[in-house]
Amino acid sequence: MRHRDFAAFIWPSALAMLLFIALPIVSVAVQSLYIEHDQVLVTAENCGPFGCTEETRVDTAATAAKRIEEPLGRFNGLGTYTNRAHLAINEVSAILSDNRGFGDVVARVMNLPFYKALSFTLLYTFLVTPLAMIFGFAIALGVNRLSRSLKGVVIFISLLPYIVTPLLGSLILYWMINADGVIGATLQFIFNDPDLSLKASPTLTWITLIVYGTWHMAPFAFVVFYAGLQTLPKDTLESAMIDGANRWERIRYVVMPHLTPLATFVGLVLLMDNFRVFEPIIGFSAEAHATSLSWLIYNDLTGQVNQMYGSAAATSILTMLGVIILLTPILIRTWREFKRKAH
Amino acid sequence: MKYMTLPATAVAVILGHSAAYAGCGIEAGNVNILSNDFDALGIVINEARACAGDGVTVTANMTTEHRALAQPALTTNPAQYTVTMVANNSIAPLLARDLVRPLDDLVAAHGSQLLEQQLVRVDGQVVAIAFMVNGQNLFMRGDILEQAGLEPPTSIEEMLAAAEKIRADGIMRYPLAAANQSGWFLANEFVNTYMGLGGAFFEPGTAVPAVNSEVGLRTLELMKAMTEYMAPEFLTHTSDELRALYLGGQVAMMNQWASMVNGHIDPEGPAPEIGEATILAAAPTAGGGTVPAAALWWDGFAIAANISDEDAEASFLAMMHGIRPEVAQANPTGAAWLVADFTPPETAQAILTNAQMGAQAYPMAPYMGLLHTALGAELGDFMQGRESAEDALRDVVDAYTTAAREAGFLN
Repeated sequence: MRHRDFAAFIWPSALAMLLFIALPIVSVAVQSLYIEHDQVLVTAENCGPFGCTEETRVDTAATAAKRIEEPLGRFNGLGTYTNRAHLAINEVSAILSDNRGFGDVVARVMNLPFYKALSFTLLYTFLVTPLAMIFGFAIALGVNRLSRSLKGVVIFISLLPYIVTPLLGSLILYWMINADGVIGATLQFIFNDPDLSLKASPTLTWITLIVYGTWHMAPFAFVVFYAGLQTLPKDTLESAMIDGANRWERIRYVVMPHLTPLATFVGLVLLMDNFRVFEPIIGFSAEAHATSLSWLIYNDLTGQVNQMYGSAAATSILTMLGVIILLTPILIRTWREFKRKAH
Repeated sequence: MKYMTLPATAVAVILGHSAAYAGCGIEAGNVNILSNDFDALGIVINEARACAGDGVTVTANMTTEHRALAQPALTTNPAQYTVTMVANNSIAPLLARDLVRPLDDLVAAHGSQLLEQQLVRVDGQVVAIAFMVNGQNLFMRGDILEQAGLEPPTSIEEMLAAAEKIRADGIMRYPLAAANQSGWFLANEFVNTYMGLGGAFFEPGTAVPAVNSEVGLRTLELMKAMTEYMAPEFLTHTSDELRALYLGGQVAMMNQWASMVNGHIDPEGPAPEIGEATILAAAPTAGGGTVPAAALWWDGFAIAANISDEDAEASFLAMMHGIRPEVAQANPTGAAWLVADFTPPETAQAILTNAQMGAQAYPMAPYMGLLHTALGAELGDFMQGRESAEDALRDVVDAYTTAAREAGFLN
């Protein structure tokens, strides 16, 4: 009976997940194994407002025949995964076999698009996740001590960065850090350097993006931790006070252990979200200095005119693998704790 | 200037409505237009809308994301749109998949208003109708040049010398600006300079890239030299930001799109005194050449292949109504119109001079887009001084080759 009830409750969402999550993933995985057919090129005379030129064009009839034969394209196996735009196996092994020391290897590997994007994505994920949790926790502790009348307003204001659409939030900040913007001009004034621009150097751009990411994600951690604080056992806290624990000791030994399961949850969500960092790169026009895996997918699909579906699909699958690898340690830990409690 | 054009447009729209399908000659059919989003195209689409009524529907989707939409939307049968606004670059992928139809019959039947130059032919067949030309030309602050005692420069080298003088005189710290945003814009600047130096992008008749060359290196050298006189965040500037900088009085010389000229010299705009002082000239030459360093662009329309002949005819007629010479005459500063009986105003002279001086059209080759994307993604490191020009061009070729293999253009 219990199983039947469970099944009755779960089947609509299971079906939706199958249709809207599992099937698209399978389709993306299949697509990543194919590339386009060889295009039959012929030279033709193109004429227009500016005269005539000899240019190549695609012989559409010949190419269409191939397309009807094999609608998915040409099977390429894992070729897309190993090419220069992704794992760049050949390029990396060439770099490893012939280089001028460790620094040279790093510099040249970081010059490859996938590794460049991966390095920023990982740095962003591993800095923004803990920073957002620390700030979120601090804000939650602060708000929790406010008087009732102030709480509502402060909570609302603290949540604003999270409510603002990421693209808008980053655009607003982007304009503020302009050399003419309020932040940009202030920084130039403080450091007395008219050439100082947060957008001009990779390091400053990375710092800007990470500060933005923390600003944007901290409210999420805050709201979860704040909810957790409301369930704090009063008697434990009071007995800690009677034992002479100061505020820091109470936080360290009572509050933090109480919030650990929530912290795991917040950490999981933040890791997943931050690994998919995308909007701030567009909003801050930071492509020259920082790219992410999601940005690579976007770039493949919105190229000037051609859409690189195979390449985008391969990057998507690699991103998914990345998320799985990132989350595995936390999931294993949670699973072990769950089993321990169950026994 | 705005206060003159706006009522004119309004009058034209009202007149267009009263004339309705009497003037369009459409009996029935659906017209659905996919288009980029800028003012000149809006004028044409508004006119085409006037053909709606009694069995004829006209709808339009104006979006800057049109390039991403066009290919999937025209692949379905019937196609989502009957008309797609195209330019040199965006027509290539549609031609490569046979998604637009030859227009020879429709031109013969209903195209008497068209000039021969408006017909875009591939291998003899008309595939699109052009109605305006665009490209970048030089926008200069005459007052600043005068203050520094300079003649308006005509080459990139003269621009550099002028910028040095303006800086040395303490008039402006960063006299130059360019739309160098990493990505499409940066690649576009490369394309312009490279064409000015007479470079070819591909080995003739193939998709093999030829940018890793002497000309490529000289192009990068010039682009880099210009950035010495640009604000430090030059890699984030799009053409819209250029306008803001220019109207803010922070730029003395820059290459900017001809289609945006109204926004820069508008007497009703935020900086009429800057508009007043602006000198418009052809794009500068480069490296002692005589050809302006700016690609020429045409904007026009094509008609989808996967639609009924009735809809195709209705679409063609509606567009003919939209680009009839009276529309250009009513909106002389709206664009550098390419239609019969149009006398270009002063604002359009600079871009037409580009063409007269022998500027080349942006290539229509089907793989040019891939090269453009590779340029945009790989030149940023060089522009920031983190990579040599040789390495940057090698990266461009590698990135392009990877993409062109996936797209089936190279083996």
